[in-house]
Amino acid sequence: MLRQIEGSRAVAESVALSRPEVICAYPITPQTHIVEALSELVRDGHIKPCEFINVESEFAALSVAIGSSAAGARSYTATASQGLLFMAEAVYNASGLGLPIVMTIGNRAIGAPINIWNDHSDSMSMRDSGWIQLHAETNQEAADLHIQAFRLAEELSCPVMVCMDGFILTHAYEQVDIPTQQQVDDFLPPFEPRQVLDPQHPMSIGAMVGPDAFLEVRYLSHNKQIRALERIPALNREFAAIFGRDSGGLLRTYRSEDAETIVVALGSVNGTIQEVVDQLREEGHLIGSVSLCSYRPFPTEAIREALEAARRVVVIDKSLAVGMGGILATDVQSALMGGVPFLYTVIAGLGGRTISQASLRDVFLKAEREELSDVTFLDLNQDLIARHFVRESKQRLSGPTAENLLRDITEIAARIG
Amino acid sequence: MPATTVKFYQTGTFTVGNRLLSIDQQSVQSEPDRSNALNCGHRACQGCGEALGARYAIDAAMRSSSRNLVAVNATGCLEVFSTPYPESSWQIAWLHSLFGNAAAVATGVAAAARVKGKSAVRVIAQGGDGGTTDIGMGCLSGMFERNDDVLYICYDNEAYMNTGVQRSSATPAGARTATTPAIGSVPGNEFGQGKSVPLIAMAHEIPYVATASVANLRDLEQKVEKAIVIGGARYIHIHVPCPLGWGSSSHDTIKLARLAVETGLFPLFEAEFGEITDRTVIRRKQPVEEYLKPQKRFAHLFRPKRDADRISMIQSLADHNIRRFKLEA
Repeated sequence: MLRQIEGSRAVAESVALSRPEVICAYPITPQTHIVEALSELVRDGHIKPCEFINVESEFAALSVAIGSSAAGARSYTATASQGLLFMAEAVYNASGLGLPIVMTIGNRAIGAPINIWNDHSDSMSMRDSGWIQLHAETNQEAADLHIQAFRLAEELSCPVMVCMDGFILTHAYEQVDIPTQQQVDDFLPPFEPRQVLDPQHPMSIGAMVGPDAFLEVRYLSHNKQIRALERIPALNREFAAIFGRDSGGLLRTYRSEDAETIVVALGSVNGTIQEVVDQLREEGHLIGSVSLCSYRPFPTEAIREALEAARRVVVIDKSLAVGMGGILATDVQSALMGGVPFLYTVIAGLGGRTISQASLRDVFLKAEREELSDVTFLDLNQDLIARHFVRESKQRLSGPTAENLLRDITEIAARIG
Repeated sequence: MPATTVKFYQTGTFTVGNRLLSIDQQSVQSEPDRSNALNCGHRACQGCGEALGARYAIDAAMRSSSRNLVAVNATGCLEVFSTPYPESSWQIAWLHSLFGNAAAVATGVAAAARVKGKSAVRVIAQGGDGGTTDIGMGCLSGMFERNDDVLYICYDNEAYMNTGVQRSSATPAGARTATTPAIGSVPGNEFGQGKSVPLIAMAHEIPYVATASVANLRDLEQKVEKAIVIGGARYIHIHVPCPLGWGSSSHDTIKLARLAVETGLFPLFEAEFGEITDRTVIRRKQPVEEYLKPQKRFAHLFRPKRDADRISMIQSLADHNIRRFKLEA
């Protein structure tokens, strides 16, 4: 049924339709509305049987999910930013134990400086943790991906993160088609783990593994994700047959068939990119884009296929490998193996900085003229940076950078003294 | 003074042959078909108090729960020595996740049991003092506060033994560890304010809190058997000497555990909903020196010369416990 609802609410409702049995909640902006909605759906009996547990930290949230999943219950939690980092140890543990937990990430920047707005630094920090990472482009996709995520996680015995841009998606109200319980039940069978903590059939889970088998355990984890490269498109097709729409998959191309310039990005910014592509196409530019849904596993083959005919690729990276450059861009580059003459990294939208159509248009045209530098920081305030360097050259002192910059912006200077 | 039930032991002060006791008073370990939850072949050191405490505690929990038990283990000696892959000494459903999250993982297991309608399943979380009083404190307090249906057992050997005897918040004043070396003007561990997790547990007003000792195994068994069937959050803190970390002889484990109780340094008591309901009175009070002397971790208190000031400070800690918990006969 089509409804005009908030992204978080849509996700909560699709999680509810997936019949979770244990939900662990700890508040962190911008995912709070999801667990708030779920607490309501558990209390009013929409989800049953289900245990909703308010825990004391994100570390506990995922730890409770580890316990409940190991004991055979379909388990869900949601987090973002600092919360994901606080539970980092448990993130690796859940995948190492092969527990099919599903977790929403309301993508948000990581401090310091503390910042509640959107970028992809949080989930990127966990890209090598063994979790599957799926990025939603729209709220409809965010809702749909959760249903697919439980199925995928349980088929492969591998946890899945569904990443949705904080605020841009989590807090946006738009039309979302919420499926029926029957549709979800047809797609998602009950969770039947191959091993559980059962007093009747005792087994030890989580033993110490030394050099004799650790490599093999890690290889199998890698192998699971390689298998996911086949399962993700297959589930997408099956999903489409039942729900009547295309959601998820490894990636989606947009007007890229004959494109000389192809833009690659994760998540909601693809909407803006497609608008700019349309404008530039009207003006006769051969440009297209690729929206990447599956970041882990990384669809190397599919990326290569989508980009190999291009002359240049522009990667919009909402995260930064400090001291190195783009994170997504590095993966794209390694997939291409130099097969495309030019690859440009554009670091954009960090800490919620607006990515405007005008700025994108500007970098795309520069890329087309092959005038773009290898790594560009979109809309970087060059004057502010220059003044900082001047100050730094006068007096070299350790200290917080952010305060320095903010003090320099006059209207804020009045407030912080 | 209210009447105190006498608990009989197979050895020690109230010695009585097990066969003379009624069945319900006989120890779990005397049963020929006991569960042997922690089976032989594990890698614990000779004289390990934790292995002993864990075997008695889990066997008692197995009997009392009709073997409907799941245990979640924090990282630490108990985890490492019991499950070197691909072997396991555990004869029960057992899960190890991380160092600091055993209480939360157990909460998850209990939630799953509830949602699956397996109400008979009892859940234990267990760990050492490091995993409990330090790194696991947040998850432990959360589990208490929510009154989750979990029995948490801490095996307290008073330092991080698994990593090579470093100080924990349960390390006693004056003790030498690898990070509180016996050098300088004030050798050994600082005289801090201490951290009693049993009292912290009581402050959460949970249904049951107890302390126990491997010197008093019948008492330990009875406390575990009692605790495992109570609903809600429960906590048992078991004092388990560590020959390696304490620098004591492996045959002195029980003796030292008993001296810790008889000096008043480790009071044995039970509490329900935040109030102390029972304690084990000290029949023959011992001076703390008797406890300190056989342990190399306290050797600097006696050599090169006797450190009378600090020994008397430790004595006053023991005396304070005796007054506070009313341990005098």
